[in-house]
Amino acid sequence: MVINHPLLGPRDASEFVYLGDASLMDRPNWLDKDAGQKFYKYQYLRDNPHLEHKELWFHEQGDRSWLIVTRNISTHEILTVELAKKFFDKGV
Amino acid sequence: MRYSLLKIIKEGLTGNKGWRPIWRNPEPKKKYDVIIIGGGGHGLSTAYYLSNVYGINNVAVLEKGWIGSGNIGRNTTIIRSNYMLPGNEPFYELSLKLWEGLEQDFNYNAMISQRGIINLFHSDGQRDAYARRGNAMLLEGADAELLDEESVRDICPFLDFNNARFPIKGGLMQKRGGTVRHDAVAWGYARGADNKGVDIIQNCEVTGFKIVNGVCRGVETNLGPISANKIASCAAGSSSRVMSLAGIKLPIESHVLQAFVSEGLKPILPNVITFGAGHFYVSQSDKGGLVFGGDIDGYNSYAQRGNLPVVEDVCEGGMALMPFIGRAKLLRMWGGVMDMSMDGSPFIDKTHIQGLYFNGGWCYGGFKATPASGLCYAHLLATDEPHEVAKELTLDRFIHGKIIDEKGVGAQPNLH
Ligand SMILES: Cc1cc2nc3c(=O)[nH]c(=O)nc-3n(C[C@H](O)[C@H](O)[C@H](O)COP(=O)(O)OP(=O)(O)OC[C@H]3O[C@@H](n4cnc5c(N)ncnc54)[C@H](O)[C@@H]3O)c2cc1C
Repeated sequence: MVINHPLLGPRDASEFVYLGDASLMDRPNWLDKDAGQKFYKYQYLRDNPHLEHKELWFHEQGDRSWLIVTRNISTHEILTVELAKKFFDKGV
Repeated sequence: MRYSLLKIIKEGLTGNKGWRPIWRNPEPKKKYDVIIIGGGGHGLSTAYYLSNVYGINNVAVLEKGWIGSGNIGRNTTIIRSNYMLPGNEPFYELSLKLWEGLEQDFNYNAMISQRGIINLFHSDGQRDAYARRGNAMLLEGADAELLDEESVRDICPFLDFNNARFPIKGGLMQKRGGTVRHDAVAWGYARGADNKGVDIIQNCEVTGFKIVNGVCRGVETNLGPISANKIASCAAGSSSRVMSLAGIKLPIESHVLQAFVSEGLKPILPNVITFGAGHFYVSQSDKGGLVFGGDIDGYNSYAQRGNLPVVEDVCEGGMALMPFIGRAKLLRMWGGVMDMSMDGSPFIDKTHIQGLYFNGGWCYGGFKATPASGLCYAHLLATDEPHEVAKELTLDRFIHGKIIDEKGVGAQPNLH
């Protein structure tokens, strides 16, 4: 697979480390009343869809940026690649 | 029809005209006691033990393709019970015991070969870890033997013992481990279940559940709705897809694992060997091909095929362990979709929806579990109580902190 890095252009997927579902960016607030349940769902449960999947890749052997890659899980086709930072800056 | 030496001789002398298909291809009935979703190894063994041990024969196995088209026909066929944790080891040891009697039990040749498995170690730390694992196995009544370098040399003189980076210092051997003809397992269980009246319905995909007031009463399929008192999901890599139809989110990610077979060689590997310094495991099939594999590709996938970086990694592992492998040509490679769970251990449990049961999360190690998985799932379906050795394989163990994480890597499925 070749990941089209928004800053560095096409890079081989083996330069990256895969973390998982992009929902891992939405860490629950530990002060919430039902934080236990929320952390359980956040940490352990996955949608695990079979077509489009938004996921986190870390460019470890490159510029060390986190990317959000949207992939078709059944064909390995990469649909979009964005910097994860973009979403943090928005305060998500 | 029972298979026996007498039968083979009789058929041989009369032109082999008496052999019949070993299971029927029935139309689905309107209603069953139990519907099993997925005609892989686990679905078929569940049907077998339900009908042969628990006396429940009004059962259908619904398979979206043909039986054996999933991971049961794609794996590298290694069986062993060299786990460590109390939640796992008794289960896998029961499975190995069932393998040992399986061919007599279901009267089918599954080519079970207890040729032994050696997990090599390359450092003092690894030796300690394997000694500990071996002791945990002995405590559960399994067999384990710690081999020094000399003993490994006696068995496998062709390994690269003096590898500059990862010299071989010994291995943990389980002599009762080995390999099995994987698709014969599916066929044998299918035949044994069909003999007792179980309907094996191929090309029948489950597309929805009929859930009324929190009770699951049947499934929707491409062949129309079918009702049942109990519905048992057993869809391995497709578990999340199937359970999402009931609105259930699982602690599972689907990942691809590849396997490789070389051209046929004369007998060279006496047993199953795993490399301790990289991820590489290998055995030799009865046709002579070296059957080997390594890590999962590491990203979510439903594609049943992998990518080249893992091919390179696996082949490098092979070269480091046994350099002669570089002379053999690679004949075939393929992939299967793994139901990777959050702690690397499986589930055999009820769900919060009455009448709906779940079996999955087998990761890359569910082939060896096929007999015990079927027996324990049948036990749960028949009695509504977990089987003694599967008590800890619950779906909600993460809420209660009862994680069964052999590797200790946490909720990161691609590392298990
Ligand atoms: C390359 C590879 C190597 C492996 N090596 C080993 C090994 O050496 N040792 C070991 O112990 N394990 C190994 N495994 C793991 C093992 O193969 C699996 O864990 C095990 O086979 C899974 O259980 P199963 O046989 O029931 O799965 P499957 O055979 O995949 O059965 C699931 C079935 O469900 C069906 N299905 C899915 N969705 C639906 C639906 N909606 N309706 C109807 N049917 C449906 C599928 O078509 C499939 O046939 C390996 C796996 C792979 C891919």
